[in-house]
Amino acid sequence: MLKLGVPSKGRLMEKTFQWFGKRGVTLRKSGSDREYAGAVDGIDGVDLVLLSAGEIPRELAAGRIQLGVTGSDLVREKLANWESTVRQVTPMGFGGADLIIAVPTGWVDVDTVDDLDAVAAAFRATHGHRLRIATKYHRLVREFLAREGVADYALVDSQGATEGTIKNETAEAIADITSTGETLRANGLKILSDGMIHASQATLFRSSRSGWTMAQRDTFRALEHTLGL
Amino acid sequence: MNGRAIQAETDRLSACFAKAGAQTVYTDVLQPADTLLDLYGEDIRGRSYLTSDPALGEMVLRPDFTVPVVQMHMQSHANPARYTYAGRVFRKQDVNPGRATEFVQVGFEIMGGDDPAAAEAEVFATIRAALGDLPLRAATGDIGVLMAAVRGLRTTQARKDALMRHIWRPRRFRALLDRFGGRTPPPASRTALLALADPLDGAPALAGVRTRAEIAARIASLREDAAAAPISASEIALLDVILDLRATAPQALGRLRDIAIDMPAIEPAVTRMHARLNALHLRGIDVDALEFEGSYGRTSLEYYDGFVFGFYAAEGHQPPVATGGRYDALTARLGDTDVPAVGGVIRPDLVLAVRGQM
Repeated sequence: MLKLGVPSKGRLMEKTFQWFGKRGVTLRKSGSDREYAGAVDGIDGVDLVLLSAGEIPRELAAGRIQLGVTGSDLVREKLANWESTVRQVTPMGFGGADLIIAVPTGWVDVDTVDDLDAVAAAFRATHGHRLRIATKYHRLVREFLAREGVADYALVDSQGATEGTIKNETAEAIADITSTGETLRANGLKILSDGMIHASQATLFRSSRSGWTMAQRDTFRALEHTLGL
Repeated sequence: MNGRAIQAETDRLSACFAKAGAQTVYTDVLQPADTLLDLYGEDIRGRSYLTSDPALGEMVLRPDFTVPVVQMHMQSHANPARYTYAGRVFRKQDVNPGRATEFVQVGFEIMGGDDPAAAEAEVFATIRAALGDLPLRAATGDIGVLMAAVRGLRTTQARKDALMRHIWRPRRFRALLDRFGGRTPPPASRTALLALADPLDGAPALAGVRTRAEIAARIASLREDAAAAPISASEIALLDVILDLRATAPQALGRLRDIAIDMPAIEPAVTRMHARLNALHLRGIDVDALEFEGSYGRTSLEYYDGFVFGFYAAEGHQPPVATGGRYDALTARLGDTDVPAVGGVIRPDLVLAVRGQM
């Protein structure tokens, strides 16, 4: 069987079901609403596996599922050298969100990454510690800032309510996912104009891990055909 | 790779360094994270294995020996002192998952003394000798020349400080140089900000640690920068010649001397390089065949601030078998006195790998 991993709840699951449904493949939860078992109609040989969106990258990389739907941000964040372990099949056009860097709106002198870097130098000299950036996207943010040549910052981990860290004085800036910027504005934060780290959307990935059976390859080809890819 | 073979090679290298007069020192694998990581750049921070101890707080698996060895030296005050050490270091390999996450380093360091060129030559030659007749290519450079050139630019101190801070980040260094030289205009948002009589008038309320005074100070420095004349094209051209320099060491020395005529600030660093080449020659190194790159060491460890070197296998994209350099600024930050320091490390696993290919 070809295992297809899909987010197990919420809008991401519903939109994924709709996306496949529109293309002639019906995905649905089987049994009660609280069970994580699924069923597939419209194509043979595909098993639906409902998983947390955050686990799908690792499952793909390990080859425990052959296909998976998750955010392109999560694949890049959770997998080292993601291109060597998974391959993008197609972006799906929903679940869009941008990973950005935001600073207090009151920082009128800061608009670009270059400003942030200069402020980090002065901040470290004044306060005796690095400028802290709260995020849960450590890999993506570190790679971006290394590429941009930013120094004198430190990443601090924040798994939720990241916008609040500045007011709580546990960070000076944040790097987080936003779709409308509403929460940022409500918390007195603004986005750096050139601080777009990654424009994420729900994406269908396939595992690059060797060990696909002939039957799985055939099913994948049939699925691509049905989906019109 | 065979652990016993690596151990045997480690012992052989340690014996070489001990025979060269180095005292053997030991450091813990678990090091306090805050003091250590603050001294390294973000690259090493991001690649370190962190763990926590209920009593000692955040700890890191030793990513490098230099800092603990310098700390040890600060207590001993021997002058000059030669140290050797051997042990595992640990680094995450996010970008190159095929590379080892833990490997042995065998090091040789000289601290103190009053003849830096001789100490640099001694470290280079001792490491070369310990590597025996392995077919390795040596790369050398001198961050000190680059720093002297930046210090000597005819521009504001703030600009020099900004460039100096990014010596190890070539891309941002270039972006700053282009802006300070007037090749790229300032961002539109900055021009708009500085057009206001008082940008802080009516500014949104502040949240967090950074104060209004700090913002006012930054705006003042932006105004000062906007008023300053651009760095001249001829000075930038000289800097580019240094950055792009790739030649044998004697040829590089000749060209740097030519540059020093227009840029006298690099004169002491060039004189130092000349002394180093003489000292290397006295130690039997074929200086005429030695390669010199003006940008060598800029993307590796951030704490090197003078002579830098690496030994590479002729083929393949393996990490260098040995690397080292001068790190005076690091000792200055760790102790209250300035202690000149130069040293390097060999990776016995890579020595064995190259030997296997011979």
